[in-house]
Amino acid sequence: MAIEVRIPTILRTYTDGAKAVTGAGATLAELITDLDSRHPGIRARLVEENGELRRFVNVYLNDEDVRFLKGSATELTDGDQVTILPAVAGGAR
Amino acid sequence: MLTLTRELHDAILAHARRDHPDEACGIIAGPAGSDRPERFVPMLNAARSPTFYEFDSGDLLRLYRDLDDRDEEPVVIYHSHTATEAYPSRTDISYAGEPGAHYVLVSTAECGNDEGPFSFRSFRIVDGEVTEEEVRIVDTYGD
Repeated sequence: MAIEVRIPTILRTYTDGAKAVTGAGATLAELITDLDSRHPGIRARLVEENGELRRFVNVYLNDEDVRFLKGSATELTDGDQVTILPAVAGGAR
Repeated sequence: MLTLTRELHDAILAHARRDHPDEACGIIAGPAGSDRPERFVPMLNAARSPTFYEFDSGDLLRLYRDLDDRDEEPVVIYHSHTATEAYPSRTDISYAGEPGAHYVLVSTAECGNDEGPFSFRSFRIVDGEVTEEEVRIVDTYGD
């Protein structure tokens, strides 16, 4: 099962500069674990120790933010595209 | 150093004043690798807050796809502080996810919605480290 994963600039240090990599997994959590096996360290940048997605990153399945799906338990299908983007946020507080 | 046209500088400032007391946010896109801010893209602050800003996640995806299609990148990422100084807060630093971008902060604490004193500063934020840089305003970038 092949899933294309779009990698943001800030995480390309883990992918030898590649803008997109391919991974596998029945869920987003499995996909991230699979990515980490070939790109060690990337998982820790994406998920907290409890497995929930970090609030500093947005992960999309095709056009949908996975927070509006099932988060890291979101199911994936062959041919899906996953896009990772750094959240753009901040503020005075 | 951030080199920016007067027109783009004024566009950021006008957006910040217009949205005061909420924080305003957006980017200036430029050709990938050029470090030249060219295309003003004001964004909606999905938090609509005087102390927080956030690009809506759907807007963010559309923005980055558009940048990709145009072979552009966010050269400047700007937002305003409406009651405090134009310096990155701890929140700003923890969220800063574009090491190649110039993070522009505008403070409208003094001017509010009106003409009047403001502060316009630019920073690099890389691995949690903030470095202020000079802002050079030009009429055009020339060749």
